Amino acid sequence: MTDVSAALGALASTAHPVRFSGLGRSFGRPVLRDVDLEVAAGEVLAIVGASGCGKSTLLRIAAGLDAPTTGTATIDGTAVDGVDPRCAFGFQQPRLLPWRSIAANVSLGLPRGTAAAAGRKRVARLLELVGLADAAQLRPREVSGGMAQRASLARALARNPGVLLLDEPFGALDALTRLKMQDLLLDVHAAAPTTVLLVTHDVDEALQLADRVVLLGREPGAEGSTVVREIVVPGERPRDRGDARLAELRGELLEGLGVERHAH
Amino acid sequence: MTDQTTATMEREGRANALGNPMLTPVGVRAQPGAARTRGSLGPVQRILLGALLPAIVLGAWWLSTSTGFFAPHQLPSPVAVVQAGVDYAERGLLGTYIAISTQRVLIGFIAGAVLGLAVGALVGLSKLGDAFLSPMLGGVRAVPSLAWVPLLLLWMGIGEEPKVVLIAIGAFFPVYTTVATALRHVDRDLVEAGRAFGYRGVALFFTVQLPAVVPSVAAGLRLALAQAWLFLVAAELLASSMGLGYVLSDSQTTGRVDRIILAIVLLALLGKLSDTVFGLAERWAVRRWA
Ligand SMILES: Nc1ncnc2c1ncn2[C@@H]1O[C@H](COP(=O)(O)OP(=O)(O)OP(=O)(O)O)[C@@H](O)[C@H]1O
Ligand SMILES: [Mg+2]
Repeated sequence: MTDVSAALGALASTAHPVRFSGLGRSFGRPVLRDVDLEVAAGEVLAIVGASGCGKSTLLRIAAGLDAPTTGTATIDGTAVDGVDPRCAFGFQQPRLLPWRSIAANVSLGLPRGTAAAAGRKRVARLLELVGLADAAQLRPREVSGGMAQRASLARALARNPGVLLLDEPFGALDALTRLKMQDLLLDVHAAAPTTVLLVTHDVDEALQLADRVVLLGREPGAEGSTVVREIVVPGERPRDRGDARLAELRGELLEGLGVERHAH
Repeated sequence: MTDQTTATMEREGRANALGNPMLTPVGVRAQPGAARTRGSLGPVQRILLGALLPAIVLGAWWLSTSTGFFAPHQLPSPVAVVQAGVDYAERGLLGTYIAISTQRVLIGFIAGAVLGLAVGALVGLSKLGDAFLSPMLGGVRAVPSLAWVPLLLLWMGIGEEPKVVLIAIGAFFPVYTTVATALRHVDRDLVEAGRAFGYRGVALFFTVQLPAVVPSVAAGLRLALAQAWLFLVAAELLASSMGLGYVLSDSQTTGRVDRIILAIVLLALLGKLSDTVFGLAERWAVRRWA
């Protein structure tokens, strides 16, 4: 915890609220429609939903990498227009530059204008936090999939963003590393305030990490996904995995995903 | 890692599907296992094996001339060819001819390559540039190299310019084609990652797109260099008073087969030497950037 504060405290950011209003996106056919969602500054929001329902698309719109067909996405009251410097993105695939070392890849995430020495220090600390200190000088092709994904997470954290967009950041990790990285994310969140939008397919992960979970899916008779369920997760983090209330919510979310599966 | 390997393979698959032979050397290198399992030759054995065929050809040549199978005016002996070289050297012409030919190749190659890089970048990166330039360039590219010669001679006389321009034309197209093709096929996910972290325009080009195409560009440059030697001979054959191509055309009129063979051997050596040097540079580029 103190470790994390030390690594991140130097460049404290302010968390920004995110808002999607009347948002729709179609690629020939509607993928997202009528998404109305407000994320408070500093909130951790988990987004779950069936594969292909538009979770990545929603995050890309928030980052300004894609534009909505209808409606708007706003960060801190201003509409997202083009790539937004207040966001950092942890992609579903690591997307590391193959010709750069892991450390150089992580430094790609540093905010513009970071002094070289401060940047190096920050990258080194982040690599330590994600357990890649020994791999700093390796190329992406020389590390495992899980290591690459941790490097990608470190690159997003390097930005010290007001809004952290994570697209299944722990998907390729083994169970133990996954738990460690989940803890790391919570530590980071506690040390440097940021709004987190976390896409995951793991309902337990969503309930462990998030203040609120939204389920994206189709409403009967309509094309395109929208928010079909919204769950405020009770209790303070770190949560007890055996909590009976969580077990009930878990069932509810799985049912939501299951209904979704039958609909296809 | 798996994702990345798959992505790389897809990228190369696409490049190869385009039938672009220039991208193949880079692609082959991406599977290091394949090269290692191909044979168990050490470097010395490989050099010896590579030298075997030239040695056999030389031996057969020597034998066929010393036994009188060929008359000297048909095929002079290796010794006579060396003699022709010594003769040129004593008159101070050998070095001059080699130097002037090499100079033409280098100047033309550099001019064509720089232009090819710039235009290739424009066409590969901008849809507008692509739509505007590539139909015209495709047409120009279809013109056989020798067709330019009369025009260049009429416009520029018989000095250095028409030769260098012809060589530049020859070097331009391999570079232009590889750069444009490679830039069009840069992994979109990587470009998007660069954009997501605030890189745009020139910064994005130098951070993501350019490094991603360095190996293909190196392959294109190497091809362009070979092409430059080809066009050199075309230029010198038709209008020159110096250089290796001039030796060829002049010796044809005087019937000096020994000098013709000398020029051919020198062209082979120079071309192979420059290609080897460039091949090393390319190998380094692939290791560093791929
Ligand atoms: N650039 C694009 N062009 C066309 N269709 C697209 C594009 N991007 C996404 N889609 C389509 O939009 C839908 C949602 O894609 P998206 O990647 O957002 O899904 P997802 O919820 O993240 O799925 P997963 O859980 O499998 O990652 C898919 O059907 C996909 O085919
Ligand atoms: Mg996705």
